[in-house]
Amino acid sequence: MNTNNRQPIASIRQVCKSFDEKPALTNVDLDLYQAEVLAILGPNGAGKTTLINTMLGRLSPTSGEISLFGHPAGSMQVKRQTGAMLQVSGLPDMSTIKEHIQLFRSYYPQPMDYEKIMEFSGLKAIENQFSKTLSGGQKQRLLFALAICGNPKLLFLDEPTVSMDITARKSFWQAIEALKSQGTSILLTTHYLDEADQFSDRIIMLNNGKVIREGTPKAIKSQINTKKIRFSSQANIASLSAIERVSKVSKVSKVSNGCHYYELESTCAETSIRQIFDQQLEVNDLTIIGGALEDAFELINKQDSALNNQQRL
Amino acid sequence: MMKTLIDDKPNLMNIFVLETKTETLRLFRTPGFSIPTLLFPIMFYIFFGIVFSMNAVTMPTYLMITYAVFGIIGPALFSFGVGIAIERGQGWFDLKEVSPMPASAYIVSRVTLTFIFAAAIVILLFAIGAIFGDVRLMHWQWVSLALIFVVGSLPFCAIGMTLGLYLKASSAPATVNLIYLPMGFLSGLWLPISFLPEVMQQFANLLPPYHLSQLALKITDMDLGFPVALHVSVLAAYSLIFIFLAVKAYHKKDKK
Repeated sequence: MNTNNRQPIASIRQVCKSFDEKPALTNVDLDLYQAEVLAILGPNGAGKTTLINTMLGRLSPTSGEISLFGHPAGSMQVKRQTGAMLQVSGLPDMSTIKEHIQLFRSYYPQPMDYEKIMEFSGLKAIENQFSKTLSGGQKQRLLFALAICGNPKLLFLDEPTVSMDITARKSFWQAIEALKSQGTSILLTTHYLDEADQFSDRIIMLNNGKVIREGTPKAIKSQINTKKIRFSSQANIASLSAIERVSKVSKVSKVSNGCHYYELESTCAETSIRQIFDQQLEVNDLTIIGGALEDAFELINKQDSALNNQQRL
Repeated sequence: MMKTLIDDKPNLMNIFVLETKTETLRLFRTPGFSIPTLLFPIMFYIFFGIVFSMNAVTMPTYLMITYAVFGIIGPALFSFGVGIAIERGQGWFDLKEVSPMPASAYIVSRVTLTFIFAAAIVILLFAIGAIFGDVRLMHWQWVSLALIFVVGSLPFCAIGMTLGLYLKASSAPATVNLIYLPMGFLSGLWLPISFLPEVMQQFANLLPPYHLSQLALKITDMDLGFPVALHVSVLAAYSLIFIFLAVKAYHKKDKK
């Protein structure tokens, strides 16, 4: 998607945030455009929630600038055009879903139609239930409903799909698509690579408070899509690191049965496996494991530090 | 950068009404909180003011007034103090903070709720005093007392709000009780202030419930005879200090 010729509706420049001298965000730059889904992807503790809270005006940045719709973060003009879904552990027990939503609707100048909120959140059947009787997934859906009830132009979602089951996830992503097609911009955090991949227009990868990669899901995926290839063999194979696209080889030898266990990390499992078979290597118990996000982050860190070292030399 | 201005505002009155309605409904659906809060001062009054009354002529009237003060302080401290602390602990308060809810709506709804509570306690105490304690007052005295009690809950709303914004959810109920009960006793709400030793009477001058009870006791000529202006200014000073602290805590960023 070409976003260069459009004005961003929200942008943050060189934002740093530290807690007691410990940096949580370092020189973060970010632009968000109209009708765009931007996923902030990162492992736990990467600074995703800190970033959202800074953009919501709940945390003040140690340095840097934040601007939403041309206003500072946390101002009333911004709040009236924004919806937010935070990580909330409990809601006041003795109010019904309907009461919660009607109350939140009253805060906004042009709230979304109640029936439309029900449609997006899928809560119609349980609208008269007290919030204390809701399951974890239903609570998330209610929080989503509260986030969208002001017809927001900008929607912040902090780990929205946590504790949602598959059906709830599916209808949640449908709602996101529908909101996007109305022109709403959505900034969400997730630590699921597949979610960010399927549903976002752009991904920003955050690690240790720094933006380490930014791009379309396709571009990001090609960089971090490492898979593990595992197999055992009676033979002691020395030439594995020569196989194409293999980035790392680990070998465990078990003396008892004379078997060697191999684990290869490959950036293109299909190519590597073809070569393994082409070379007629003796291979048993072959398995391929999808790369975990944590591994991908580790890999990127290694690549980056290797790059830095090269530049220094 | 695109600049959008939203001039139209939501209807503030509508927010106040809905917020208050939601809070009130919540309270009526939580009888585990509301009934003990109502019965606590009434039970004390029946014990010390009527059944074991030391002086059947003045004591039922005197203690009806001081237990009313004790009664109205409870909901003010608890609904604000404990309520806000718990909602903060859950992250619910944070969600309201990032929503465009006007802060005034949060305060107005809870103050209204405290007023409703205070009125209920006062009516119950008056009824028990009149029926079982033979309390006889002029019409204007009943009405003035009721007004003093309801309006007099405001400084305690401010104190409760500050407590709620500073205390942790887990420690809030215990801490608020630790302030509420001794402050009530030391202010001469459980037993007449003149029963307390001289040092404690001096100390009571620092406590807002003492000043509210003296204001109310003036209506029946049972106070210690200090000027109205003194009591009103101490209560006003307490309100201002705690409103200032609450506003400071509310606007403080980076809270955890």
